[in-house]
Order: sequence, then C-alpha cells, then structure tokens
Amino acid sequence: MIGLSGVGFSGVTGRGMVLLVLTALGLAVAPLVADRYLVSVLTTVLWFAYVGQAWNVMMGFSGLLSLGHALYVGLGAYVSAALFVHFGIGPWAGMILAMLVAVAAGCIIGFLGFRFGVKGVHFALLTIAFAEVARIGFDHITWVGGSGGFFLPVEAGASDPLNLRGSPLLFYYVALALVLGALVLSRVLLHSRLGYQWLAVREEPDAAEASGVDLFRARMTAVAVSAALTALGGVFQAFYFNNLFPEQVFSMGRSIEIILPAIVGGIGTLVGPILGAFILTPLGELLTFLIEAGGLDLPGLKQLFYGVALVVIVVFRPEGVWPWLARRLRLVRQPGEGA
Amino acid sequence: MTALLEVEGLSKRFRGLKAVSDVSFTVPEGRILALIGPNGAGKTTTFNLIAGVFPPDEGRVTLKGRSLTGLKPNQVCAAGIGRTFQIVKPFGQLTVEENVVVGALARERSVETARHQARAVLERLELADQANRPARSLTLPDRKRLEVARALATRPTLLLLDEVLAGLRPTEVDRMVGVLRDLNRREGLTILMIEHVMRAVMALSDRVVVLDHGEKIADGAPAEVVADPRVVESYLGAEALD
Repeated sequence: MIGLSGVGFSGVTGRGMVLLVLTALGLAVAPLVADRYLVSVLTTVLWFAYVGQAWNVMMGFSGLLSLGHALYVGLGAYVSAALFVHFGIGPWAGMILAMLVAVAAGCIIGFLGFRFGVKGVHFALLTIAFAEVARIGFDHITWVGGSGGFFLPVEAGASDPLNLRGSPLLFYYVALALVLGALVLSRVLLHSRLGYQWLAVREEPDAAEASGVDLFRARMTAVAVSAALTALGGVFQAFYFNNLFPEQVFSMGRSIEIILPAIVGGIGTLVGPILGAFILTPLGELLTFLIEAGGLDLPGLKQLFYGVALVVIVVFRPEGVWPWLARRLRLVRQPGEGA
Repeated sequence: MTALLEVEGLSKRFRGLKAVSDVSFTVPEGRILALIGPNGAGKTTTFNLIAGVFPPDEGRVTLKGRSLTGLKPNQVCAAGIGRTFQIVKPFGQLTVEENVVVGALARERSVETARHQARAVLERLELADQANRPARSLTLPDRKRLEVARALATRPTLLLLDEVLAGLRPTEVDRMVGVLRDLNRREGLTILMIEHVMRAVMALSDRVVVLDHGEKIADGAPAEVVADPRVVESYLGAEALD
C-alpha cells in the first residue's frame, strides 16, 4: 500500500503508480527538449513544489499553520551564503549549519507556541512575527550586506558542482532531486509511528494525547523537520540566484507563495504541493505572457488575474485539486475499496 | 482484593465553582465500578482529573500505588489508563483501523505490529468490517465503539468509559454491554464507567459511586445504592420510590 493521496493513507492504484513514474521520467529528460526559458520555469516550479512539501509537514500532517516559512528559507539562504562568501565553505557542508539554524529558530517559535498554548491563527501570527523580525533584522546586518543585498561571486561558465556552481541544468536536477527526496521522505515519515501521531494530533489533539501521544514532542518534531527541509530550499535559492535581499527573501509575500501550492494542490496530501506548483507557476507565466501580448501593461494586473484564478480553484476545489483529480482518474483506491 | 485505582480527597474548582469536592473511592482490580449522578455532578471532571487533563486542586490519584497526580494525559495513558470521550473524538480523516493503530502505537514502536493489534481489537469490538472506512463516516453507535477500540488498543490496565452507551438503541446497548462484560470476565480488565443507562449499570457494575453537586453521596453495591433515599431523590427521581 503506497499512500500518495488523500489526507489519510489511501493506496495508490497501478495506474497512479505508472503516472507517477512517467512524470518523474518526463521531468528527468525534459531539459533535452526544453529551451533555456522552459528549464528556468520548471526549476521555479520544482522549487515551489519542494518548499510546499516542506510546509505541508507542519500544516498538512500536524495541523500547525505557519505563515512565516520565508523565515526558514531566508535563514538557510543567508547562513549558507555567508559561510561560502566569508569562509569559503561550500553549500554541501554549509547546508548542515543552515538547517541547524533554521531548526533552532523553529524550535524557539514552537517552544513559545506550544508551551504557552498559542493555537491556530495566533500561532500563525507568531510565525509571521518571527519572519518579520528577521526581515527587518537582516536589513541591519552589514556582515551579510544589510538592506543593500548580499551577493555570491559569479564566474561565467564555471562548473563546480561541489560548490553548487554551474549551469542552469545543474540547478534543475538539484531541484528535481529535492522534490523527489522530499516526496519519499514525506511518505516514509507519514507511514511511521511519528506520522500516525502527527495526523492524530492534527485531527484531535485531546484524543491523541489520551492515546499516549506527547503533543509537545510531536509538534516540535514537525516544526523541526519542516524548518530543516525549508532551509535547504533557501540554500538552493542563494546559490541559484546569487543574490539575497531581506525584503524579498523574508517577505510576507514569499511566505504566502510558499503555502499556495499546497493549498491549491491539496493540504496534507503527498502529491498536492507538487501538483499545485505545476498549476500555479505556469499560470503566472502564462498571465505575464498574455498581458504582454495583449499590450495591457497595467501594474498589478497579473496579480489580479492570479488572485482571481486562485479564488476559483479554492472555491470549487476547497480540498485541493489533487484529491479530486486522483479520484476522477482513479489514481488512488477509495477508502473501503480494500488495501 | 487489591485496589487498582485509588482516588483520595479529589477537589477541583472552576472560577469558584466547586466541580468536584473531596471525592474518594477505590476501584478494585478486575472489577467494574460505575460512576453515576445527575448532569453537572462532576463525573466527567473526576474522569479528567484521573486522566490528567488538568491537575486537581487537592487530593491524589494512584494507580497500583503509583501516583498519577500531575501527570499529563499521555503519561497517564503510558501508566496504564485508557479513556474514551463523552463527546466522541475520532480522528475523522483517518480510517477506522488507522484510528486504532494510533492507540496501539502507545505501547508499540512498529507500525506493522500495531496494525495487527488494531485488527484484533476491531474484531473484538465488531468493527472489523468498517476498518477501511474514514472514521467521520461512521454512525454514532460505531463511533462509540471506535472510542472504546482506540482506548483498548493502548492496552490499559484500567479503562475509563465516559457514557459510551448514551444515545444507543437498546439492542446496541446490549451488544456493548456484552463486549464490556467479556473484556472484564475473560481478560480481567478493570473498568471505571460513567453511565446514565441504569439497566447497563445494574447489569455490569460490581460497585456504584454516586456524585451530586461534586460530592460523593453514596458508594456501595448496585442494589444498595439504588435503594438509598438520597440517591433516589437527587438522581433517580422520586417516582422510582414507588
């Protein structure tokens, strides 16, 4: 039984498995036929698919709403970039510290939230507050460029995978590996003892606790895992774009962009965040294209259309697109159909 | 006959309101004790004090001589007390089996083993045919059974049942009474139950404790307790005297 759908563990059908493998293979060979632009769009899609999955560990699996995930992206990005620029430590080593710093930040938020009973929306506010403090704080840390931005050295034509320096293709495959890695990790976690406990805590915390689940520990682990994964996304971002601005990396807008794929695709599902990213990023690109082609260069028009498209998806598929699609295409077994 | 659970001088106030006041009783090992009383008598509060939902203002709770006072619900569960909720709390999006697996994981690290245990418990509670349905789709009687199944899966030495028979039809009550009696007789499971269905209380319990306004007003064999004028007046109703 391979649960890739639904908010529980319902199994994937043979057809679903085939489609999954074909999609992965398709993505693996995509750069052979795609042009430079398409590869960059796909890389963005994969990045959002990845951080969406990371966010999903908190909200989707454990019911903890974080609206400040840009914090972990930013910490991961800045820590790994600073190690590289100031000490010459490459990202493969630097990511360890990047993850640890993000986990530490997550644990502080989690400790405050869970020890003092800050729940639901108020917990979400706490996560926003920390991201905002980081955004403003990093504006003043001149060691990493302050508000003027922090830049990684770029050498044209350099190919040094050990330091994550290279062509867009390298980044594409790293992003693809992150997505597949997160997918496998999410599935393994969800089917572990911890995964069952997370879902129980999400559904009914009191009943979970009465069934022997240590709420504090279960929630802290979810935050730690989510923060660590998201920080890796930050490391990727730093070395992909080679520039970091607190106003962008830690922005509220970024936090929202991170959660949209999961909401659109299906919160709590394994495939949802990935599907959501494949819907949203191309939709954004398409809108840009249409607006340019139509000569309607009004500021904010793209965001407006984007917002309308989102509303449509959320109103008509409130559980997300994936659960509906999976049912329609019979990619998963329905509960009651047997395992 | 040794006492499995000892409750001594338990008191709890909520903003001045005395919910539970100096309540003491013991549950002997292998027996079924029923906690009865009118609504608002403090029965569920007593349960919550035993289960660690909140700490008592005064008094203590011991299980097999070990103090449970101040422990959190998950620690009380680990100590050997399983409980159900009066207002059922299934993990709605999970299947019936997954709900029970969560319970079994309280004492089991392997999900696979927990699944086997969960299946056995579901057989026991006659829920096996519903195993793959989402818990939210169950009928109320089945949800009540699921509460018991999940609590039982934690392998408790003492089971706390909070009105698991309320809202069930007579045939369903009989079915549940049969299951509970079986668990008690065959496996020696000790049960402390809050119950309004007097027919079941009389059929199952070895001893009855009556609460009224947070105080214990009677404690004894079922037949004695229902004949006690104070119990009749406060709970069973005057017409029962006729």
